[in-house]
Amino acid sequence: MAHGSDRGRGTRRWTRAAAAVIVASTVTLSGCSHSVSDSLTSAQPDQLQGSLTILAAASLTESFTELAAIFAADHPDVTIAPISFAGSTTLATQIREGAPADIFAAADEATMRSVSDLLEGEPIPFATNSLQIAVQSGNPLNISELAGLSVPGLQLVLCAPQVPCGATAQSLLESENIVLTPASEELNVKAVLTKVQLGEADAGLVYVTDIAAAEAVEGVSVPGADEVKSTYPIGILETSVNQTVAGAFRDFVVSDRGQNILAQFGFGRP
Amino acid sequence: MLYIPAAVGFALLVLPLVGLFARADWPRVPAAIVSTEALTALGLSLQTALSATALCLIVGVPLALVIARSGPRLGGLLRALTTLPLVMPPLVGGIALLYLLGRNGLLGGFLGLAFGIQIPFTTAAVVIAQAFVALPFLVIAVEGALRTAGTGLETVAATLGAGRWTVFRRVSLPTILPGLLAGTVLCFARALGEFGATALFAGNAAGVTRTMPLAIYTAFNGAGATQDSAIALSLLLVVVGIVILLLLRSWRTTPGM
Repeated sequence: MAHGSDRGRGTRRWTRAAAAVIVASTVTLSGCSHSVSDSLTSAQPDQLQGSLTILAAASLTESFTELAAIFAADHPDVTIAPISFAGSTTLATQIREGAPADIFAAADEATMRSVSDLLEGEPIPFATNSLQIAVQSGNPLNISELAGLSVPGLQLVLCAPQVPCGATAQSLLESENIVLTPASEELNVKAVLTKVQLGEADAGLVYVTDIAAAEAVEGVSVPGADEVKSTYPIGILETSVNQTVAGAFRDFVVSDRGQNILAQFGFGRP
Repeated sequence: MLYIPAAVGFALLVLPLVGLFARADWPRVPAAIVSTEALTALGLSLQTALSATALCLIVGVPLALVIARSGPRLGGLLRALTTLPLVMPPLVGGIALLYLLGRNGLLGGFLGLAFGIQIPFTTAAVVIAQAFVALPFLVIAVEGALRTAGTGLETVAATLGAGRWTVFRRVSLPTILPGLLAGTVLCFARALGEFGATALFAGNAAGVTRTMPLAIYTAFNGAGATQDSAIALSLLLVVVGIVILLLLRSWRTTPGM
């Protein structure tokens, strides 16, 4: 009996150790993505303090995580709440319904205009992005152009036309005179990407930056995509309780340092 | 003393609906409801929810019979597994369905290779997702009715010379009818409201997989103006829900049932 329970405890201990290893490796992995922040941290003492809540377009997931980490390292007294990444129009709806936030970074100007009456001052354009065709690694269907997406049986997923990536996709398709029937219209660009990553969709139109940040997909460049770039604006919300911190973060994003980081993720300068 | 928490509970259930009704832009509600998008979504919702309910009836009643007639151990296990989708977030169900029936799923890969069948992003996927979340409601209701009724009457009928089919038609079915009706109506209502599993497994394409709940979600998260139609569509679903409850009541109070 005693032997048996000893062994039971041993197993439990082992399980706990395994769990600890998993947790530790996850922490290490997530730590890796912040290596850039460590190298760029400059020790400039300042008086900025308080909290900062950011709402950012889904396509900014990787870049804003990085920007926020660097900003937090620069200003140790500023607490940045976990950033809400979602479709820009989803976030705009939340803002209209009174979500407490300081900063809104949208994936296009139309969405930012829809909350213009709730902004403090004018929004500032800080990045541009263009579309690419996302396909599975190795491009098994040899998709090389937009017209190739209309092949019968090909599962295409786009963003809904109401959201920025879908609006951009629509202007691109219109400018190229191509009509496509998507199998699904998603409400943010990451949902499109996931469908391609899972192999449920053969192709999707997503931003260049999403493909650069993703695994198991590759991008096919589209001629004409540069003509229908979307411009990302950043604005400070009128209800922000800490306008100074919010202003400092916005200035950081549009500064040369912020722009260099965005460029690393594939964004263009406005 | 009981009145205070009771009032809070009642308010929690009813006040949000009051909020919804208050927010609606009434003069524009009719136009929003008869818009093409809304009617397409409503038609698709009714069609898929009815199909899912039929599917649930075909497989759910036999499943309930098996569970009710199994021994306590097997019955308990089957009941627990059947109830799982009921307590599971529908989104998890959607992911699970995708990994079973998706193109790279356990079964989906085979279906695609062998028969060229693709399920995700089709109306069939919507029906499957709805049946997945709604079936437990039907099974639980029917199984409960069967267990309460017991097998006594059926045994008596059999000893009096009734065949199996006659026993089922003349004895089993009438005794479980109230449970069956309640289960069917709940099953339909649940299928009609299904969102999470559909969104992940079936996608969101107008006329194919964009049911009412997905249309509401899409409209609500779209640009400002379309939010009116989200509210109008929500009102429509609330009204459908009320009609379902009224039907259920009238069935229950009909004499002779």
